[in-house]
Amino acid sequence: MNKNLIKPYGDTLNDGIIQLCFTLPVKNSAKAKKAAAVYLSELNLEEIRIVHCHRIAENFTYIVAFARAIPFIDYSKVKADEAETGKLDFYKINKLIKEKLMRKIVVVGASIGCDAHSVGIDAIMNMKGYNHDYGLERYPQIDAYNLGAQITCEELVSYSVRVNADAVLVSQTVSAKDAHIGNLTQLVEILEAENLKDKFILIAGGPDISNDFACKLGYDAGFGHSTIPSSVASFIVTKLLKKKGEI
Amino acid sequence: MAQIFLNQKKINKAKALGANIAQNIHDYIKDYTTDSVERSVLRLYGVDDADDEKTPLCNKIVDILKKEKLINSGVSKYFAAAMLKTDSHANKTAEMIINNKIDLKKVLSMQSLEKISEKEQTLAQDAVSVLDRSKKVKNAKKAGFPLCEKPYRYVIVATGNIYEDCTQAESAVYSGADIIAVIRSTAQSLLDYIPSGATTTGFGGTYATQKNFSIMRSALDKISKQQKRYIRLVNYASGLCMPEIAVCSAFEDLDILLNDSMYGILFRDINMKRTFIDQHFSRLICTRADIMINTGEDNYLTTSDAVEKAHSVTASQIINEAMAKQALLPDDLLGLGHAFEIDPEMENGFLYELAHAMLAKKLFPNAPLKYMPPTKHKSRDIFFSICMDTMFNLASIATNQGIHLAGMPTEAVHTPSMSERHQALNSVNYVFNTAKNLCDEIEFKKDGIISKRAKQVLDSTIDLLEKINKSGLMSAISQGWFAQIKREPDKGKGFDGVIKKSENYSNPVFDIISK
Repeated sequence: MNKNLIKPYGDTLNDGIIQLCFTLPVKNSAKAKKAAAVYLSELNLEEIRIVHCHRIAENFTYIVAFARAIPFIDYSKVKADEAETGKLDFYKINKLIKEKLMRKIVVVGASIGCDAHSVGIDAIMNMKGYNHDYGLERYPQIDAYNLGAQITCEELVSYSVRVNADAVLVSQTVSAKDAHIGNLTQLVEILEAENLKDKFILIAGGPDISNDFACKLGYDAGFGHSTIPSSVASFIVTKLLKKKGEI
Repeated sequence: MAQIFLNQKKINKAKALGANIAQNIHDYIKDYTTDSVERSVLRLYGVDDADDEKTPLCNKIVDILKKEKLINSGVSKYFAAAMLKTDSHANKTAEMIINNKIDLKKVLSMQSLEKISEKEQTLAQDAVSVLDRSKKVKNAKKAGFPLCEKPYRYVIVATGNIYEDCTQAESAVYSGADIIAVIRSTAQSLLDYIPSGATTTGFGGTYATQKNFSIMRSALDKISKQQKRYIRLVNYASGLCMPEIAVCSAFEDLDILLNDSMYGILFRDINMKRTFIDQHFSRLICTRADIMINTGEDNYLTTSDAVEKAHSVTASQIINEAMAKQALLPDDLLGLGHAFEIDPEMENGFLYELAHAMLAKKLFPNAPLKYMPPTKHKSRDIFFSICMDTMFNLASIATNQGIHLAGMPTEAVHTPSMSERHQALNSVNYVFNTAKNLCDEIEFKKDGIISKRAKQVLDSTIDLLEKINKSGLMSAISQGWFAQIKREPDKGKGFDGVIKKSENYSNPVFDIISK
């Protein structure tokens, strides 16, 4: 068999075992259990085992199930990319800025639109940083301005112009009802309308943001969950050095 | 109750510092009112309609008074005079003012001041009796069921659609929840008005409207009867409409309101003066209508480290308590907040959590402390996430907390589904039952890690409170001593709604409920 063909691994290669948990909007009964199995077979699963059924409201049943997935996929044909960060650390980044760019760089960050969560932008920008990796405010060679949450696109743009930002970081935590897509698109549209699109390195971040997704919306990069500040800083510095022709 | 040894003299010292800090704020705010306080008076007088564009009439009237530069005397007397003139009910009177059928500039001269003052008194007495009614109604309902055991199991619903929220709430109660909080649509705290009507289109939560309150209250009353236990309803009196939300909550018999003296300032950049004034009036309303407040100290630990800044949580609790006392809130309505937020990778982190939880219990033995689950370090591996919550559940029952906000396996992923709420409550139910009386068995070693840690946090708290007391709370906030966020006294949202009271200012509701 083609070794590029893969499917989920339970305890034996290609057994296809997956675990599922969901709720059906019906009263718990033998029929509800059967309905769960029928539904999973409609999802193209086999050897379905409904291992747990529990009534969690008058007309709702909670189900835990295991089943075998049938299809294989060709792993060699899967395409995904990560933002190229060069994986530099705090010291290396500061050194590069000082020696190659010969000036401090300016980074502005915000959580835009109605999104009230500052946790993402704080993780990247606050002094303390995230997961033992210093935040951008700690970088002696970076002037970092964290505007916080619920910042309008207009505020972010005018602030970035005022401090002559090199990079603009946009965080979006809430993705319910695709709120993040609307906000991220609006920012790009405003930058394009004001001819500022190429002035800044534009970066999106958030738990549901991937690099492909952000690039498609017109961003230079996108960073997902668990991103550490030095990854973002590496990306910015690498990009600036490229612009300057240093690499 | 588990025992931990702390020096009572130090506790007294911390409390005295808190009282002084709160008194200084109180001395400042007593000369001011706000847009939202005045709108609350109108709501209490019965103005609850909105116009065709869904702008609440109370907002329009306060705007007119501001435009005419009459607001410094308070809305009460103008509205009372207008009601005498129209001889009609509050909403009708409000409409006539807005449609220029009554000129507020002239309305005071149309009646004798005595008559106006009499009318104000009647309106205020009626308003206060509505607040008293809410207390009675809730007590009567509670009396019909067995006493709910602490910690109360608290969960959040947040579908954006009030009707779907009711379905989610019913299921949560089925799985053991005692308290349902309907989280608000994102950014509602920055709206300078309360939306109206039943709503189905919130983002990340459901709009707080009086109608939505009433829909959920009826749903919970029905579930209470089925499940034979009283289910408490929570909403959020924070942001720019603190006292107005408190009024609507009293009207609809809500039980608990999120209401912090500093949260909006720090995390929503709402002006600090506005917030202090609004929180005071909102808390007076809560006291009268028997609404418990929940403070938001847990939020500090989302931006600061839970070990390094543990004392800022304790200091804030002490200040929140002292401010609540200014608003006459009794201990049993003081749901002071704290959280289980230590990095799970820290060795003995659980012992530190116990120390922090015990310190809070020791400092506020009669307050139903609200204990918040891990969020900052919550794993997106939902199975590990359940492990973290299980340890949190154990800390809560071992230290006998008052309100337990059930952590969700998908805390770091999305607003929880019905299944996930069930999984969370399953763990809570298991731990609370299997370790039910553990708290009665524990005495923490006098010189052990836990006692030492509690002592250390108390000492740092006293140091911080001394510094705050010296500089004043407003200056402390502007220097970033809470949550490492800096806010200036005359900046932030809603500052233009802070109003100096004139000498003839009147707000008879305030006068009655602050006695």
